[in-house]
Amino acid sequence: MQSTPLRRLAAASLAAALSAAALTGCGSSGDSGSGPAELTYWAWAPGMDKVAELWNKENPDIQVTVKKQASGDDLVTKILTAAKAGEAPDLVQAEYQALPTLVSGDVLADISDEVKDAGKAFPAGVWQQVTLGSDAVYALPQDSGPMMFYYREDLFEQYGLEVPGTWQEFADTARELKKQAPDKALTTFSSNDSGLFAGLAQQAGAKWWTTSGEQWKVGIDDAATRKVADFWGGLVEEGAIDNQPMYTPAWNKAMNTGEQLAWVSAVWAPGTLTTAAPDTKGKWAMAPLPQWDASKERTGSWGGSTTGVSRDCDHPEAAAEFATWLNTDPEALAALVKEGGIYPAATAAQTGGALAEPPAFFANQPDFYTEAAEIAKTTAPAAWGPNVNVAYGTFKDEFGKAAKSKKAEAFATALESMHRATVADLTKQGFGVAG
Amino acid sequence: MTRRGGASAGPRRAPYVFLLPGLALFALFFALPIGYAVFLSFRRVEVEGLGLGSGAREEVWAGLANYTAALGDSELLAGALRVLGYGAIVVPAMLGAALLFALMLDADRRGRRETWLRGFSRLAIFLPYAVPGVIAALLWGFLYLPDVSPFHHALGAAGLPEPDLLDGGPLYVALANIAVWGGTGFNMIVIYTSLRAVPTEVYEAARLDGCSQWQIALRIKIPMVVPSLVLTFFFSLIATLQVFSEPTTLKPLTNSVPTTWSPLMKVYQDAFVKGDIHSAAATAVVIAAVTLVLSFGFLKAANSRTKQQGATR
Repeated sequence: MQSTPLRRLAAASLAAALSAAALTGCGSSGDSGSGPAELTYWAWAPGMDKVAELWNKENPDIQVTVKKQASGDDLVTKILTAAKAGEAPDLVQAEYQALPTLVSGDVLADISDEVKDAGKAFPAGVWQQVTLGSDAVYALPQDSGPMMFYYREDLFEQYGLEVPGTWQEFADTARELKKQAPDKALTTFSSNDSGLFAGLAQQAGAKWWTTSGEQWKVGIDDAATRKVADFWGGLVEEGAIDNQPMYTPAWNKAMNTGEQLAWVSAVWAPGTLTTAAPDTKGKWAMAPLPQWDASKERTGSWGGSTTGVSRDCDHPEAAAEFATWLNTDPEALAALVKEGGIYPAATAAQTGGALAEPPAFFANQPDFYTEAAEIAKTTAPAAWGPNVNVAYGTFKDEFGKAAKSKKAEAFATALESMHRATVADLTKQGFGVAG
Repeated sequence: MTRRGGASAGPRRAPYVFLLPGLALFALFFALPIGYAVFLSFRRVEVEGLGLGSGAREEVWAGLANYTAALGDSELLAGALRVLGYGAIVVPAMLGAALLFALMLDADRRGRRETWLRGFSRLAIFLPYAVPGVIAALLWGFLYLPDVSPFHHALGAAGLPEPDLLDGGPLYVALANIAVWGGTGFNMIVIYTSLRAVPTEVYEAARLDGCSQWQIALRIKIPMVVPSLVLTFFFSLIATLQVFSEPTTLKPLTNSVPTTWSPLMKVYQDAFVKGDIHSAAATAVVIAAVTLVLSFGFLKAANSRTKQQGATR
């Protein structure tokens, strides 16, 4: 084939046009002529579309469309499937514990170059969860769920109970209450939310997944977690607390009528209590989680999510710019708190502004969010691995059985099974597994 | 010759042309997805090292590994046994009730006029079928949970023992009850319709011979609706093997229903919680094969029996 000057010119200009399109496509704002960067965002936080509207109004070059999703395990599978087809959305909302799974599934892009020093805005324990302990940044923290102890102030007074500062005191409080009112219980051990147990283990210092070289090390059955499992198993066995799952109509009733006096939960508990126990408004109070070591205040986290940029995104810079705005900009965070009722992960947003007032359900505790911010600072680091979903699924079945049997040793067995199933799954998939 | 051949080729081709849309839809929405599921069941994901970063994950051929894993899975077998126990309650109870209701509605055929009560009863029995399975399971879940159940409240007030319906043996009855409540009406309509199709002369002859209503029901009606009974049994068998929404809905309410209670729940768990579509596909193929063998085996057995009876008669 002969290469005429004309043909060469055409080819050159075509290449130039293409590369120009590719460059402007990567969406630095201010380029006129090319259309705006269109980004889709899969998220479940309520009111996210309204927050995105604020952004869209001020940034005509980067337009974000929120596609509302269901939260939880199903969404992780959906994102993995979409990514496999090359159709993943540009931005995704993902829970902290899902990040290794999504990174391992090659869904999330490393945005460390784009977000630069955004890490300073977040507590170290939270930031470490989005870097997976590496130099990469796979997502930006959005909200966090530092764990706290919630109790019925009025009933504690009625039965002369003290707010427990340690887990030992917590157990004593549960026994004391059972002695005084056999038909009531301090709380329940619930087998239907693995996140609660994971948070409690985290507080005790557990590291469920760690890496050494090219191998994963699973520590689910480690000393710290065993301590937590034995503690709760013991309380269930002696009948000091209930063994029925949370979030059932029966649990709602127990919370609403004062059959259960306390709830080990996280910062988002006021929202849940508002719907589960509407008649108890103003009767609850929040305190730090009971401690294993009173001299070292620590808490775990339960819940919380991040904003990640997918590898299928054609405008990673624009997407990272939006994600940074969404999770660090005061205006965006205020809107997220107002529209979505979330507890922002960014330290600066945890007090004042939209969080100056306590939640309406806790009007009796004016310094609710000041105290929450103090507790959030003590969040223990979390260590997630690439098959949290398997560990969590096994938790529900095995600890369901254990709770039903009301035997402390069954709790230990359940923990072993959970450990074994998690290791077996990693091995089966071909991951490098240590020990 | 040639002209005749040409003329007859058109009509000979015509049936295939008419079949084409149906076959195309069948291939596109039935054969193709099933074929893809079978393909997936022979694959697996191979991860290397920490599995982080691109290229650490690769889809490779798995041979029969997924099938050996599924067939050797004690949890799947336990689930199958649980469903068997559940089916042993559901199918006889539901079909028995459906047949009884159908016979009662069809009891006295001399007054051919429909009374409003007959129509009302038929609708009332059928209505639960219109309630979606998940809603039905939620409704019953509320009624079963000791702390919110009005039955427990009444039993407690009367000083009677309050059984925990969401545990052990009673759990099977509780689950079966939801299916019976929802499915009886549909099966009743099928049986009732075939009862209405029995010609009146048969009954007239029976009455002239001095048959009572009981004898008519036992000796004439039931033998004549056997084909409908076979059909409803066939449907119920398939529905039982595929039970999913009731135990899934009750699961969060109790410690007694594991996430792999029924084989289909295990498939769901594997595919959407563990994210392992390859194992899930293999298990699904196994379940489909078992369902096929059981249901068509039953149909074949039932057919050959009816034929035999027809021959000896």
